[in-house]
Amino acid sequence: MIEISSAITYVFLFVSLYFEIFLLITYFENRAKIKEESFNLVNNKVKRFPTVTIIIPCWNEEKTVSKTVNSLLNLDYPKDKLSIMIIDDGSTDNTWGIIQKFKNKKQIKVFRKENGGKYTALNFGLSKSTSDLIGCLDADSYVDKDALKNIVHYFEDKKTMSVTPSVKVWKPKNIIQMIQKVEYDWGVFLRKMFSYLGAIYVTPGPFSIFKKEVFEKLGGYKHAYQTEDMELAVRMQTNHYKIVNAHDAIVYTVAPDSINKLYKQRLRWTYGFIKNVMDYKHLFSIKYGNLGIFILPLASISIISGIYIITMAIINLAFRIFDFYTKWSVIGFDINKPDLNFDWFFINTSFMTIISIISLMGIVALLFIARKMAEKRFAFGMDLVYFLTLYAFISPLWMFKAVYNAIFSVKTYWR
Amino acid sequence: MDNRKIDWKKYLYTFVITALIFSTAIFLSNYFSQKKLAEIRLIQDTIAIDILSSETQFSLLEELSCKDVTTEILSKELGSLEEKLTYTEKDRGSDDSEIQTLKKYYSLLQIKDYLLMSKISQKCDKTPISIVYFYSNKGDCEDCEKAGYVLTRLRQEYPEVRVYAFDYNLDISALQTLISINKVENNLPALIIGEKVYYGFQSLEDIEDLIPELTELKELKNATSTQATTTKNN
Repeated sequence: MIEISSAITYVFLFVSLYFEIFLLITYFENRAKIKEESFNLVNNKVKRFPTVTIIIPCWNEEKTVSKTVNSLLNLDYPKDKLSIMIIDDGSTDNTWGIIQKFKNKKQIKVFRKENGGKYTALNFGLSKSTSDLIGCLDADSYVDKDALKNIVHYFEDKKTMSVTPSVKVWKPKNIIQMIQKVEYDWGVFLRKMFSYLGAIYVTPGPFSIFKKEVFEKLGGYKHAYQTEDMELAVRMQTNHYKIVNAHDAIVYTVAPDSINKLYKQRLRWTYGFIKNVMDYKHLFSIKYGNLGIFILPLASISIISGIYIITMAIINLAFRIFDFYTKWSVIGFDINKPDLNFDWFFINTSFMTIISIISLMGIVALLFIARKMAEKRFAFGMDLVYFLTLYAFISPLWMFKAVYNAIFSVKTYWR
Repeated sequence: MDNRKIDWKKYLYTFVITALIFSTAIFLSNYFSQKKLAEIRLIQDTIAIDILSSETQFSLLEELSCKDVTTEILSKELGSLEEKLTYTEKDRGSDDSEIQTLKKYYSLLQIKDYLLMSKISQKCDKTPISIVYFYSNKGDCEDCEKAGYVLTRLRQEYPEVRVYAFDYNLDISALQTLISINKVENNLPALIIGEKVYYGFQSLEDIEDLIPELTELKELKNATSTQATTTKNN
């Protein structure tokens, strides 16, 4: 039994190390290209500004929607080419009242409909849009003023059908948000690497932009277990549509500020991921390139390995606590005689320890690269410490539940 | 380049690098493991020399008085060896053949040390403060772990006490003879204190009660520490 468990752990460690090295190689392969893209954004002006419609679906977003709309109004983009549609999806708070102040702006149209879920609000907006490009912006997200211009740049490649931005956390205040800041920075790096691998499988709600023909040919958004942004991306991948990432197009999102809110959000994401992957299992094929043979299988394995490793860690911890209790119950606390003699003999030099340390070093190196890409500088902060020490313990919470829900078909809710 | 294209070479290079790192980790782990085993062997050799030296010293002094013969001549490394051997056994598992060999050697050294100590005690008419402890790690001894903690603490509290720990199931004839001479039944944990065998878990207080010399040692220690404190305060 122990041998089987060790063998499984070794396989997971090998796969995780393989992934880390694969990402590092991909990064070093494309480092010059990343710089070149940033350089081009600054020095090569956009030749043609296509018309763009940004849909803001709102459901009880009275606190953040004004800031979201104002950030769009501040975009460095020709006013006559940018339309904004605010769609109140049957809010029960004062969202409708608040968005009234924008209704007289030439660029903005406001609509109200019965509550039907985010995807229905998006489809409502799609049905009223005639622009070349269409995007969505969640009502709790704010765009950087150059974001759209930087995204439009990537559409100069005719094959590009969708461009995703870099999503960052808006002013993290507490530990939960600081952990997410590192996670989102990691996402900035990962999305860029996936972009080079042709393996983006989520076009995030905050400010992913699509060519109009994506919706004309593939249809609108679907419910997709409340992860319509993933479903649309995998539908595009199924049809071999090119999705790229504009790492210099920055969007800020307000991250959940409590463990409960974070748990609900991540449960929805993970559950949605599992269900969409099951619906689109045909993507696990060599026909879909790196996405099919590596990225999607690995993302799926990571849920199982995450659950497995943390279960093992909890069992291990339980044994240690039991041992400690046994020792304490027979001899009490040994507080008078701390053993200060250092003997290298008692340092754990097992294979598992060595490979775990190497793997951890790889993760730290990648996190620093991600931080540099997202923040434009290397910076070591407490957020990294919180992430490295706490994330592994909180993420299994939603992973366990999402797998449970997926197996037993329990529905997850947005809020 | 079409970003959908699979770069098989990259997958292969990644595999080679990952395999290399894994091999290096295996190599390093084996290297340290061998170093640790070598250290255990070195301590065992030191103990073997210590015992031989003690036996020789004892033989030389046998014809003379007892005043120069004390338990001080016994090897002091048994405790540290036991700690390292236990740690390695936990790390590599009880089934490891190398561990089994080292344990057999260690048990023999302990028996020799025990006999030498008994001889010194008989000749010089001193009561030996020793505990012979039999355990099993086959999973059939629930209290052995607790007994181990107590004896480790006892060794820390009273360095004068010599604790000999034997795996009851170790396949070595000298050990089986020791078991049969003392009529130790397979009812573990078992302790031999004086000439009597005690079965079941004995707490630190129980053992202190069974060995009156320990109380004397404790009082002596307390007196010394009080004196030291008083002198310091003066």
